[in-house]
Amino acid sequence: MKKLLLLPLVFAAAPALADSHGSTLPAAANPKWKAECGACHVAYPPALLPERSWRKMMGSLERHFGDDASLDPASVKEITDFLAQNSAERSSRSAKILRGIGPADAPQRITETPWFQRKHDEIRADVWKRPKVGSAANCTACHTGAEKGDYNEDRVRIPR
Amino acid sequence: MKNLLLLAMLGAAAPALAATPQDILQSHAAEAKQEDASFKEFSASRGERFFHAKSAKGNSCATCHTDNPKAEGKHERTGKAIAPLAPVANRERITDPAKVEKWFKRNCQDVLARACTRQEKGDFLAYLLSVK
Repeated sequence: MKKLLLLPLVFAAAPALADSHGSTLPAAANPKWKAECGACHVAYPPALLPERSWRKMMGSLERHFGDDASLDPASVKEITDFLAQNSAERSSRSAKILRGIGPADAPQRITETPWFQRKHDEIRADVWKRPKVGSAANCTACHTGAEKGDYNEDRVRIPR
Repeated sequence: MKNLLLLAMLGAAAPALAATPQDILQSHAAEAKQEDASFKEFSASRGERFFHAKSAKGNSCATCHTDNPKAEGKHERTGKAIAPLAPVANRERITDPAKVEKWFKRNCQDVLARACTRQEKGDFLAYLLSVK
């Protein structure tokens, strides 16, 4: 928790890097990405996975975490291009987000990346299982502005 | 198919001219007639049974959409809210043929592990349109 408290202080002193502690993601938005990826879950920020992860995911939408999420080819291409153009490699925080992901690894779950786990290491296992949270994939449970891309720590409200 | 394609193109070019649920049901009926000359009509009551029927996997349309098509549903795993299915409760529902087909393709696969037949889709739409 100490680390979490420190971070906002550090970045308050360096406004140019203000987005570095998770305020607003992503910088860019694409209506098709938002509508299609956001239909069943939060449209997860493209900057949180490497390009190769997104390409793998977009190539296997018929089997998407147990659901058929298939799309027409034009939509697949548009969304894949958007994800690739805004992937972790292109993020201002790319070094942090990519740290610990092997060069050949293409993680499919943001929650399994070392970056996500570092960021959430103070959350106890039982908190993730609270009925109003459900799982770590449910960003909006605590990041109340996640639908708008707001992941700022200061606006986190963990439901009881 | 020509009808559906035309509707899809119209929908993409001019969202203001979106199809009505009745248009979409009728284009399914036209397709059904073309595929099988003995086709008579879709059945809302058969669609209602289909909506609630448990699949081999143990799920049904109602698993996520609830037993009441006028109610808000919830994705089984992510918990994300699903807007009501019945047009009477949700004016945007069944107004975009491409969107209707997209969800039939996905959800028939997820529930029945196969594509739905024309009859099943038409009955399902007839049921949703019959909900008052």
